[in-house]
Amino acid sequence: MMIDLIDIRKVFNAGRPNEFVAINGISLRIESEKMTVFRGPSGSGKTTLLSMVGCLSRPTSGRIRLHDREITSLPERFLTEIRQNMFGFIFQQCNLIKGMTVLENVMIPSYPLGERHASLKRRALDLLDIFKMVQKAESKTEWLSGGEAQRVAISRALINNPSYIIADEPTANLDTRLSQEFMDIMGKLADERRTVLIASHDSLVYESPRVDRVIDLRDGRIAEREA
Amino acid sequence: MEKWIERQRHLIDFTLSSLFRRKRKNAALVFVYMLVVFLLASVVFFVQSMKKESAAVLKDAPEILIQRMVAGRYEIIPLSYLEPVQSIRGVSSARTRLWGYYYDPVVGANYTLMVPENSELGPGKIIVGEGVSRVRLANAGDTMEFRTYAGEVIDLVIESTLSSESEMVSSDLILVTEQDFRRLFGVPNGFATDLAVRIRNPREIQTVALKAAGLLPDTRQILKDEILRTYDAVFDWRGGILIIILSGVLMAFGILAWDKASGLSSEERREIGILKAIGWETSDVLLMKFWEGMAVSLASFFIGVMLAYVHVYFASAALFEPVLKGWSVLYPRFRMIPSLDFFELSVLFFLSVVPYTVATIIPAWKAATSDPDSVMR
Repeated sequence: MMIDLIDIRKVFNAGRPNEFVAINGISLRIESEKMTVFRGPSGSGKTTLLSMVGCLSRPTSGRIRLHDREITSLPERFLTEIRQNMFGFIFQQCNLIKGMTVLENVMIPSYPLGERHASLKRRALDLLDIFKMVQKAESKTEWLSGGEAQRVAISRALINNPSYIIADEPTANLDTRLSQEFMDIMGKLADERRTVLIASHDSLVYESPRVDRVIDLRDGRIAEREA
Repeated sequence: MEKWIERQRHLIDFTLSSLFRRKRKNAALVFVYMLVVFLLASVVFFVQSMKKESAAVLKDAPEILIQRMVAGRYEIIPLSYLEPVQSIRGVSSARTRLWGYYYDPVVGANYTLMVPENSELGPGKIIVGEGVSRVRLANAGDTMEFRTYAGEVIDLVIESTLSSESEMVSSDLILVTEQDFRRLFGVPNGFATDLAVRIRNPREIQTVALKAAGLLPDTRQILKDEILRTYDAVFDWRGGILIIILSGVLMAFGILAWDKASGLSSEERREIGILKAIGWETSDVLLMKFWEGMAVSLASFFIGVMLAYVHVYFASAALFEPVLKGWSVLYPRFRMIPSLDFFELSVLFFLSVVPYTVATIIPAWKAATSDPDSVMR
């Protein structure tokens, strides 16, 4: 159970004067049920790499194998299905939908699956309870503090019970205490045998004892070292 | 099936919540669209109803009217013309009619004066329509002054006012005795205005008209169907003119609504990116936008149609009255017969709901087919 990246390249604006190679021939095996951190400065290709692993975009060349299944050539519909069932995303800006309640935000990823409203709501409330957010279930997301919004985003990422959690610069807007709290939560998710992939250049993240592996990226290439 | 229903339910839930989140924009859209539908539906209802009204008015009208022509102009007809018409096979009854127009300089209005067929109206007495009564502030027992063709002034006493099913015809009507009519207009004894012919079998109308034309070569025959067609054409024409007058406004509203509906704000684009990133398919986003478009356009359509119904049938189309009805002074006050033409309403439906829904879906489709990784940046 692992993810294999084989000679991945991602080129933006190919053939134009502003052509930019974001990922330049990365081959990598990511082990499941571990916490892996991609470290590197801005523009090193961390986010691009994670977005390809999470089926949010496709590589320009190369192949990605998920559990021995080649996913790069799958049609959009299948990629969406994989994204829906296997990946939970936590974004830098949290990306909660404004104007909607905390509970609705957590439930949204499951809407297209057609689960009964009552059971979906119960699952969402259970998740919010785990992250001590159940009392804010009916609050609008714009009233939340940074840490609260982060916990709602984590609950949302977990609503479809994914095997993989992808977090892109999750601590960028958090203070030290909240960043440590976030890493504790990620550690618990790894303990639940989920694979956690984090892109970050925050030392609180890549120096955390919960991290199993740190992969250094620079200019779209790997300079690996084990944590 | 249950999953499908739940999915639709969730998407509709999300859509309604989205609409509510952008309530200002959506309320403005609903208002503009509703106004467009209201104006168009008002014209449709009005024209339909006027046509129906004229058909109702003419329901009891004689099948053929015969008028005498002299040098291509309409003239009074000798009573002797009645007998040959009565003798035509298929004619169930024929009678002479006396009627004409009278201009009242006091109020600047034209009245229709008519001698009723069977009436016990005494000499010097008249019965007036409600419009006449209104404009002259005259009721039963009051006297109205008339000037005859010879310049002589005569006073006629109002016996009562007319109560009719449809005020459209009776509004400007004054019923007088034959004696007073002839005195007023100088129509000599032995002459009438025209002949009214009734025919039992509608299939024989054409034949009777042809026979009458053969027997009385200096007359013209006016068929009830022709009058109805003329009314229909007149009201269609007036409706068309009104739509042309309104078209500038309608287009301005249309462009505004299209612009509002088809442009996605950066917030909406971001939201579509988030939905895609967290597992929504392009089709889910499009379905959600479809429900959004439907909710706005259906709400506008139904509110617009309902307001138009109230405007036309309860407020007598107060906004269009002067243009569409075409009476100069004596506006009839009547409640029109409600008439719903489902064909015209469906045309209106497809012209308003479908383009709007498409206008909302296309930009969403553009946004939803791009890679969802933009939300990570």
